[in-house]
Amino acid sequence: MITSDETRNISIAVVLLALAACLPWIGGPYALTIGVTIVMFTALSTSWALFSGPTHYISLATAAFFGVGSYVTAIGIGFLPYWALLPIAGVIGAILAALVGLATLRLSGVYFVIFTLGLAELVRQLITYGQNKSGTKGLYVLTNINETMIYWQLLGLCALVYLAGWLIGRSRLGFALRIIGDDEQVAKHSGINTAAAKIMLFMVSGAVAAIVGAMLAPRYVYIEPAIAFTPMLSFQVVIMALLGGTGRLWGPVVGVIPFTFLWEAISVSFPNQTTLLLGVCFLLIVYLLPKGFVGLLQAIQRRSREALS
Amino acid sequence: MIGSPVLSLRGATKRFGGLVAVNDLDFDVTEHEVMGLIGPNGSGKSTTLNLISGALRVTSGAISLRGSAITQMPAQKIARKGIARTFQLVRLLPSMTVLENVKAGAVFGHRRRWGAEADDFARRMLERVGLTRQSGMHVGQLTYIDTKRVELARVLASEPEILLLDEWLAGLNPTELAEGIKLIRSLRDEGRTVILVEHVMDAIRALCDNCVVMSSGKKIAEGAPEAVLSDPEVVRAYLGDDDA
Repeated sequence: MITSDETRNISIAVVLLALAACLPWIGGPYALTIGVTIVMFTALSTSWALFSGPTHYISLATAAFFGVGSYVTAIGIGFLPYWALLPIAGVIGAILAALVGLATLRLSGVYFVIFTLGLAELVRQLITYGQNKSGTKGLYVLTNINETMIYWQLLGLCALVYLAGWLIGRSRLGFALRIIGDDEQVAKHSGINTAAAKIMLFMVSGAVAAIVGAMLAPRYVYIEPAIAFTPMLSFQVVIMALLGGTGRLWGPVVGVIPFTFLWEAISVSFPNQTTLLLGVCFLLIVYLLPKGFVGLLQAIQRRSREALS
Repeated sequence: MIGSPVLSLRGATKRFGGLVAVNDLDFDVTEHEVMGLIGPNGSGKSTTLNLISGALRVTSGAISLRGSAITQMPAQKIARKGIARTFQLVRLLPSMTVLENVKAGAVFGHRRRWGAEADDFARRMLERVGLTRQSGMHVGQLTYIDTKRVELARVLASEPEILLLDEWLAGLNPTELAEGIKLIRSLRDEGRTVILVEHVMDAIRALCDNCVVMSSGKKIAEGAPEAVLSDPEVVRAYLGDDDA
């Protein structure tokens, strides 16, 4: 059953996606570059928030999944058609997420954060080791896929993420996750398999991050572990999602857009202090907007309702 | 009247390091019975309830529901098998409305519902505990007894075979207590099987068919409330040697 509110929201989403799809015809090459960054982080942050929003587990594993996805394209492009590689990257990302989930989701928050941060580093070191053994340093990804095609692919993936998020939100699984986020003891004693629910959502975000990595590999042309597994990516995804707010499906994108421009300004003006400034941004966001723009908006709505009544 | 046992504990023991919180406990709960689990503070009542609900696992011994072992099952499986509980300190879902809180039981419990059916059933359970008007409220807006009612409705919504009520009547003022006893009595009149951990003696006398008295983790008496409450060993456990 679909309510009138939902029909309205879906219509808005479809119109916005259609408008976003027109960017390559309207904007110049610079706008397209920014556009790719925005849709990439929208897919990553939104899928990250699907898992971390309700469960409050902060995952820093995005770079691990992203890097694995890039390597699927880099290694597989010589053997398989490009389109076959995207689902393979998704499946590998989901399997990796399931393994990490089984190993760590029973742990409490802090241990999970550290483990996921270490995971990206671990996979990077493994690949570096493998490359040193075989004598290659990096891999060339030579395709005829251009920036416009990457943009559309990522936008399509965003649409899928929103669709998945909406369907999960309406499902038992979505309800189970909200209960887990509120009180895990109650969830267990109400008959919810909390570990399975968390792992399923973690698999979704792992699969999406791996597919994003696979889609972006042709853009980099040359892939090496330091590029594919940069921990900065994981932190950027967390900051953007928190800036937007994880309580709503549309929250992360509201953080992604301003942060992408901010980041662009920082990279241009202070190219040597990016990490420092990323940390400062993180602190400011957590202090000033603990619930992101979504929380701010809800507070304003609440206040105006109280003022009216 | 002797019915078939729904729940049986045999030699149930729980050790926390050197402390034996529950020591070789045996008892049966029969169908349609309200059983009181009573005893002084620290006697292991809540631990026993935690063993039954799967919040804790027994160190040794066996627990079975209608003859099938649930001893090593995790809490979510036990909940699905049909044992639902309330918590000593009320646990509600703070981000949700009263109706959604109750729906949690209807959606994931012993009998699983979804969609409009779950909403309807949750509403019926709210009506059952007398909270129809509050269904759209957030749980932060409720009075203390109403939070307890929400928790009870959530448990009822899962249609359990056995309800475990952990000091559900504790902390209520005299008026609320009378209402609370009436509510639990109505559950008893419906023929539900209930285990209640309770300190309020009036409630025990009014509600229980049968009592198990625990002291220092052991069962020291079992029987009808009046009989066990006048048992010298029970009096000694509560009040010390001088008064026995």
